[in-house]
Amino acid sequence: MSDATQNGPMLAADGRPLKASLRRALRRQKMRALMLIAPLLIFILITFIAPIADMLFRSVENNIVSDTLPRTVEALDDWEYASGETPGEPVFDAMFVDLFIAAERKEHTRLGSRLNYQETGISSLFRQTGRDVEDMAEVYEDQFDALNEIWRDGAFWAELMGDPDWFAEAQGAEDAGPRFRINDEMEDRLPRTAEAYRVFARFTQNEDEDNPASERPWPLVHAMLYADLTDGAAIDAYTGFGAEELTAAKEAVPGFEAPTYREAFLEVDEDWASVEMWGTIKAYSGEFTSGYFLNAVDRELTPHGIETLPSDQSVYLKLFWRTIWMSLTITFMTILLGYPVAYLLANLPMRKSSLLMILVLLPFWTSLLVRTSAWKVLLQQQGVINDILVWAGILSDSGRLVMINNQLGTIIAMTHILLPFMILPLYSVMATIPPSFVRASKSLGATNWTTFWRVYFPQSVPGIGAGSILVFILAIGYYITPALVGGTDGIFISNRIAYHISSSLNWGLAAALGSILLAAVLVLYWAYDRIVGIDNVKLG
Amino acid sequence: MANSDTNDGFVVFDRVQKSYDGENLVVKDLNLSIGRGEFLTMLGPSGSGKTTCLMMLAGFETATHGDILLGGQPINNIPPHKRGIGMVFQNYALFPHMTVGENLSFPLEVRKIAKSDREAKVKRALDMVQMGSFINRRPAQLSGGQQQRIALARALVFEPELVLMDEPLGALDKQLREHMQFEITRLAHDLGITTVYVTHDQTEALTMSDRVAVFDDGRIQQLDPPDVLYEEPKNSFVAQFIGENNTLEGVVKEMRGDVCTVELDGGEIIDAKPVNVAEAGQRTKVSIRPERVEYNKERLQEGAHTLKAEVLEFIYMGDIFRTRLRVAGNEEFVIKTRNAPDQVKLQRGQQIEIGWLPGDCRALDA
Amino acid sequence: MKLKTILMGSAIAGVSSMAFAQDMASDMTLVSWGGAYQASQQKAYVEPYLEMNPDVSITWDESSAEAVAKLRAMNEAGNITWDLVDVVASDAIRLCDEGLAMEIDFNEMLAEGDDGSSAEDDFGDFIVSDCYIPQIVYSTAAAYRPDLLPEGAPAPDSICAFFDTETYPGKRALEQRPINNLEWALLCDGVAKDDIYDVLETEEGQDQAFAKLDTIKDDIVWWSAAAEPPQLLADGEIVMGSSYNGRWFSAIEEQDQPFEMLWDAQVFDLDGWIIPTGLPEDRLARVMDFVRYATDTQRLADQAKYISYGPARASSAPLVGDHAELGIPMGPHMPTAPENSENVFVYNYTWWADYRDDLDSKFQAWLAQ
Repeated sequence: MSDATQNGPMLAADGRPLKASLRRALRRQKMRALMLIAPLLIFILITFIAPIADMLFRSVENNIVSDTLPRTVEALDDWEYASGETPGEPVFDAMFVDLFIAAERKEHTRLGSRLNYQETGISSLFRQTGRDVEDMAEVYEDQFDALNEIWRDGAFWAELMGDPDWFAEAQGAEDAGPRFRINDEMEDRLPRTAEAYRVFARFTQNEDEDNPASERPWPLVHAMLYADLTDGAAIDAYTGFGAEELTAAKEAVPGFEAPTYREAFLEVDEDWASVEMWGTIKAYSGEFTSGYFLNAVDRELTPHGIETLPSDQSVYLKLFWRTIWMSLTITFMTILLGYPVAYLLANLPMRKSSLLMILVLLPFWTSLLVRTSAWKVLLQQQGVINDILVWAGILSDSGRLVMINNQLGTIIAMTHILLPFMILPLYSVMATIPPSFVRASKSLGATNWTTFWRVYFPQSVPGIGAGSILVFILAIGYYITPALVGGTDGIFISNRIAYHISSSLNWGLAAALGSILLAAVLVLYWAYDRIVGIDNVKLG
Repeated sequence: MANSDTNDGFVVFDRVQKSYDGENLVVKDLNLSIGRGEFLTMLGPSGSGKTTCLMMLAGFETATHGDILLGGQPINNIPPHKRGIGMVFQNYALFPHMTVGENLSFPLEVRKIAKSDREAKVKRALDMVQMGSFINRRPAQLSGGQQQRIALARALVFEPELVLMDEPLGALDKQLREHMQFEITRLAHDLGITTVYVTHDQTEALTMSDRVAVFDDGRIQQLDPPDVLYEEPKNSFVAQFIGENNTLEGVVKEMRGDVCTVELDGGEIIDAKPVNVAEAGQRTKVSIRPERVEYNKERLQEGAHTLKAEVLEFIYMGDIFRTRLRVAGNEEFVIKTRNAPDQVKLQRGQQIEIGWLPGDCRALDA
Repeated sequence: MKLKTILMGSAIAGVSSMAFAQDMASDMTLVSWGGAYQASQQKAYVEPYLEMNPDVSITWDESSAEAVAKLRAMNEAGNITWDLVDVVASDAIRLCDEGLAMEIDFNEMLAEGDDGSSAEDDFGDFIVSDCYIPQIVYSTAAAYRPDLLPEGAPAPDSICAFFDTETYPGKRALEQRPINNLEWALLCDGVAKDDIYDVLETEEGQDQAFAKLDTIKDDIVWWSAAAEPPQLLADGEIVMGSSYNGRWFSAIEEQDQPFEMLWDAQVFDLDGWIIPTGLPEDRLARVMDFVRYATDTQRLADQAKYISYGPARASSAPLVGDHAELGIPMGPHMPTAPENSENVFVYNYTWWADYRDDLDSKFQAWLAQ
């Protein structure tokens, strides 16, 4: 064999190394395969993986606090909740700036509702203060106005604070004009004013699409100018544009009426003195938080650390357990009721089994609400079943059974709804069990029961496994049926998830609850794999 | 070896009928007596009723009419698991969730046999089929032939007196099948077990059985030892179904004791042995086995008929030659000749004369 | 000369209004609740508006129940497909807080009352959020079946009948949420109406309310869809229940059910429009045009012909007439009618905006106990 005796790599007919040739051929095959599954892959990525990733992210994401209140978060670094005292002036100063900007951007109420999940009352505190924060700043605007009307003039401010080149371009420019650039000298001399003005200018350009060169700045800028000037801003050596007005202002500011922001805030609402409130802001100032997950397991991240919620507020762990054990009960019920039906389906002659199959699938063709309402009509105390039992004399009229608006109702209705998901996999597995196994067993001397238990049943276990996984996973995610027939003790964790998604808008908590549910399913799946073996799951 | 003379009627079908739908009979008036230790094969095309008979015997189907007796006792009302009949299925029906050992142990467990006895019996049964080392394997890890042996061992392990086999070799390749045919007959004879074997493969039936029951249309067409069946088919169905056969159609001209004269449709007149023709004027199918036809004049025996024939096809098959001829208008007339040193090789288109002894030529029903 | 100027002027005005009309989108998606309520909106102002603007087409989306979540999702995706959304007041506050609803300048954007009052005055106290244009006042009120009461029991005249299981045995249906129920519990536990929210703000007050609810916990059937209580009452599953007054009206007047209203301590709530933020200019222009028409005095009064909810404008009240099909005067069926509103409970939206999350989790925990 000439190939084998050659030294070096084996070559293909065209002289290329055989290995490379093979790899090329295989790669082409793989690419083709990949192309074929690409649409599905992309679809799954977009509709399944991405939402799950998003959910996992949302359950810990918390940058709304640090994004909306960056200065406050920084200032709070120097404050300890344990001190038991309201934070000092610098925190209030920072909060004033943050809240003013947030109010302009209409973000303060959003932050308020976020923090309200943790500390009741913050929502209206932020809403109210956001309304009044402009007034706090106008105190300064008015006094600068009174001093010199030029302080009301947008163009003056733009020339003072803007980079000279920018100002030259911006003057008379249409729409928003060129992108704002700050005057570096002003940034050194009046740092806080410059920062406030820059925020204003950018906001004016981006959100309002106006030219800052002709817009009167926010009162916040005046307030910051006051702050810079009273802090002894170095403008004595300044000789550029507006030096005269600045100098005059610097001389005048000590005479300004200027309540501290702390006073102003407390005047709006005395809750601003609440240590708890500040502690909550500090506790939730990180970009990520474990808060949602803690809430989801009846814990709470408070300024003192992690606390267990009192029993009159803890509901989630209880609901998790209930969801899991009720789902297991429902799964067990579907096995109990579905197994004989599936057996019949697999063993009846074709025509009869087709008819039975239609009956099994019938629930699929009726809307969920109709089915659930039908159960109400049947199960309620004045319902059909109770009426029949009373009529038959089995029950007294006063002793009517309570079969709905409780756990029993949920189990009955959901067993019915999920039954096809058990029957179908069971049937498809049973249909593959050859009748000769049963005959063989009987011919070997086994009774009907032994035959079933030792020969037929073990072979149908993969169907039970597949059906159980299907039913269980569907069951723990159900919320419409439990909401309609579950009353108070028959509702599931999914009902709370739905509530937080659609009503309370606490998506972070909903995501955390959903993640825990997902983890629970994965753990159970893993346990199933360990105990039964996932190979033992067959859909047919 | 048992035959009808010594038949003690261990298994008896007495006027058994079976219908599934109440309109058509699948088994029509079956009468059959099987002797203890006999190896009986039920042979027939699919739908001939042979499997139904086996299932009735096993207890998985009930007879619509008539009695089935086992060892003299009617068993119609005995459920299958109490009949104590071993059975081997076409697809082996080894329980996939049990090991080989557990499969074999199963019939012993349900009979509540003590554990030590069970182990001994399982081992003996496995050794019997040379599968002793596979005791811990699962059926899925075995080849078809191995599974077949295990199925056999399982059917025998509880020492039944009667074993039923439903086309047990159907799924094996030719070589393995021939080997297993031998194994099964050897075991059946060694153990002295009565065996009822169902197959549609006539070679299998001929090589394995003491007697063969040829089924067609719900009836036993002929029940005889293989050699009788082959050489003396009682009707044209059996002649056609068993082995290769040439058929010439014609009308009986004259009956002369154990010889009759037949005028073939082509006008030729031949002599034949009347088997189930009764009188002159009846239409008949004359059957001649291919290996009983000779074309080498030197080999033609005394008293042989001759007919003109044209060679249509000549196939060299090593040990034999197979030649297709046109004879009396029949273009599917086949002859087989042994590859002997003096044998003449024929050419296509060659005109020859063929001949046979009248005794080899059987006039059967049309 | 003068006439000519006027003609010229009106011609120019016509042209400019034409040009203006071209800047308005011709499609509009309205979101509402479906059912009888949406039908009343359709008849009272959508159909007339379409008659005036034949080139406009309006699509309904019956998603109001999930409007808050859906709007947030749309906003995150950056694709707002709704133009005008009908929500209850508490949802409007939430949407406004989240920045998902546009702020409304009432006097600028809405028609003044036909009595000449400014829009802001006309809506008055019903302006509960900067983003919310109220349309109707509905109430959560109680009803009972006299034939199911024990013999000799007096007809209930107070909401506290719910808590009196001795005089009125049987099940009662309440909405599965803390709002209204906690207030009623305190009211019937002797707390003065004006003090209720102050009391409810404290731990002790909350405990007191839950303790009161505890006394009837086993007798309550909780509902989550307003259609349930009339059905339950009709089936005889309950002896009394709370639901929206419009549902009771339709059960009593349209379906002749033998129910009696129990207006005591009915809780007013609002239903109205919000406009999502971030609409493109042409769509916004169309929405503003529609809203100005749909919330004027006559249109809100017209709506009451089809459903027994009171118009949110004070100026509409005198114009409320007869039911469009039954022909009965609608006035006495309005929750705002004087004889019905002798004892009205005013639902404090802003208070609940703060306490809803907290009390809801307590309520759920209480339910689960």
